[in-house]
Amino acid sequence: MKSTPGKRPRPAKNGHDPQTDGADLGHWNLRLYVAGQTPRSLTAFQNLKNICEEYLKGQYHIEVIDLMENPTLARGDQILAIPTLVRQLPQPIRKIIGDLSNTERVLVGLDIQPR
Amino acid sequence: MTKTNRRNHPNHAPGLQKEQTGISGFDEITGGGLPAGRPTLVCGSAGAGKTLFAMEFLVRGATTFDEPGVFISFEETDEELATNVASLGFDIKQLVADKKLLLEYVFIERSEIEETGDYDLEGLFLRLEHAINQIGARRIVLDTLEALFSGLPNEAIIRAELRRLFRWLKEKNLTAVITCERGEGTLTRYGLEEYVADCVILLDNRVENQISTRRLRIIKYRGTSHGTNEYPFFIDEHGFAVLPITSLGLTHKAPTQRVSTGSARLDTMLGGKGFYRGSSILVSGTAGTGKSTIAAHFVNAACRRGERALFFAFEESQDQIIRNMRSVGIDLEKYVKQGLLQFHNSRPSNFGLEVHLALIHKAIVKYEPQVVVIDPITNFLAVGDASATKSMLTRLIDFLKLKDITAMFTSLTGSASEVEDSVVGVSSLMDAWILVKNVESNGERNRGLYVLKARGIAHSNQVREFRLTEKGMELIDAYVGSDGVVMGSARAAQTAREAASRIERDDMQRRKHRDLQRKQEIYEAQALALKNQYESERDAILRELEEAQHREVVAANERVQMARLRHADIEVEVEENGARKSRKGNVR
Repeated sequence: MKSTPGKRPRPAKNGHDPQTDGADLGHWNLRLYVAGQTPRSLTAFQNLKNICEEYLKGQYHIEVIDLMENPTLARGDQILAIPTLVRQLPQPIRKIIGDLSNTERVLVGLDIQPR
Repeated sequence: MTKTNRRNHPNHAPGLQKEQTGISGFDEITGGGLPAGRPTLVCGSAGAGKTLFAMEFLVRGATTFDEPGVFISFEETDEELATNVASLGFDIKQLVADKKLLLEYVFIERSEIEETGDYDLEGLFLRLEHAINQIGARRIVLDTLEALFSGLPNEAIIRAELRRLFRWLKEKNLTAVITCERGEGTLTRYGLEEYVADCVILLDNRVENQISTRRLRIIKYRGTSHGTNEYPFFIDEHGFAVLPITSLGLTHKAPTQRVSTGSARLDTMLGGKGFYRGSSILVSGTAGTGKSTIAAHFVNAACRRGERALFFAFEESQDQIIRNMRSVGIDLEKYVKQGLLQFHNSRPSNFGLEVHLALIHKAIVKYEPQVVVIDPITNFLAVGDASATKSMLTRLIDFLKLKDITAMFTSLTGSASEVEDSVVGVSSLMDAWILVKNVESNGERNRGLYVLKARGIAHSNQVREFRLTEKGMELIDAYVGSDGVVMGSARAAQTAREAASRIERDDMQRRKHRDLQRKQEIYEAQALALKNQYESERDAILRELEEAQHREVVAANERVQMARLRHADIEVEVEENGARKSRKGNVR
């Protein structure tokens, strides 16, 4: 997996005590692919941030990749839809497309909540 | 069919530019290729050849027209694609290394994807744009775009994005090929044809009589005239080939040059010079009448003239033909080695009719022969029905005529059917028709040959006996008796009878001459004998007369003596026979 960070990563690392609201896995490595600073991208990022803060506080890492600036990176994670959130860790890889406005679906998609 | 021949086709509307695909035959039927700078939909069911068509479009573009291309694959990885098309002689990896081609594998797995709200396909657009810019692509392939529908949720978004995609491709002025699976009763499963309005091509692979034939049809091509037929195509080691073989019409030239049949006697039957160059000749006959041998003679004569010949055999292998023809004194192997003769042997059931036509077409274009033999055409009936076979042969004959190729077709006539029935019903297409038939009589079969028709040639109307000897075919005058034509041993018997009676006639004449001679000799001998007899008798008589006279003289003398002795005073009268002469004065 590519570990090259996007140009403007927005690390949101909070080194607080792990909370175990529904998730009992270790570290969460999340990558959000966007294409420019569109309202939808911003919405997606905000939604993601909120969900992580609520359910994965202190054990997640978000990397934002802007494909407008790094189009080659789309190939590695096979990105078509924008925005796409890729859960790189824990395995297996999961992809969540859309602006992440449906929190319940995001939780299901990330396996934070059982299906 | 030249792939490199880039020409401006006259029949497209102004403003509609076409881009040559370089796919063999396809540019002919479309009058120049695909619409330039526009997307074209290529649809067909699984295994119809969509991916290959698309790939060849790019490869030819890169190699022939120096137009780089991007292949976006939704189904196969780069590695798989390269392997799959390597069998067609395309070196994808080299083209990729040369930056002439770019493969982009787009993977979508529905089970890995969760939809959580509004999205678009900007990621795909960015990837396309990046790929296009990387090599300056002029051509693009999206294979198979419909994978989006099965891979991503929310069809409404996909449809909107596709509409945007096609618009975007047009703005980029890319000539695009988009492949689609055929749906139930529709051209494409997801109705993509509604987005692509310019050009839609349908590929089809139908199985008839357990033989599959690939066909291509242009469903729509906006703003240009195009062939509406189904065109057969095939995929072989050189790639995709569409066959624009339709009836080419009757516009071909009529050469006046003549070519030998390979048999001096048969040439004589055809006005002394053989067939016209570029004509189509049918040789029909029942089994074992020597049709292939006539064809071999024809080929042999062509190769001897230094011409190139193609022999399409659908019954025998090359070795078998060479061996068999050697038995009648024809060495075809020599010409194969010299490169003047090429055999194409296949079973008719190997392919469909159209593919056969295509293969023949292709071989002819490649080898450029002056003479072609198809042996036999009747075997095509195993593959297609009579009307399809006739249509195929019509197209083949038109094509051959256009190329000035003299072609001989053999046709097997079933023993039960009418001899002059050419089975396939193509006799009207043929310029010359030689018929060989078995004539059964007196417990034997003999071959009879005649020229049923020969357009434009004053040909013999005689049936000839046709014999195969180790020196080749031989045509012999057949005797016409009260029971019809007499052949074989009956002819030999007839010949013998005639010879015998001639000898008899000669003998009699000689005998008469001899008789006459002898008679003359007898007469002459007899005449000589008579003459001799006469002469001897005459001599005897003359001698007697002489003696008598002598005696009389003597007697007269004696009388004179006597009278003198007696002193007679009168003259003595001689009374006796033979003494008349001396009646008077003898005494004195």
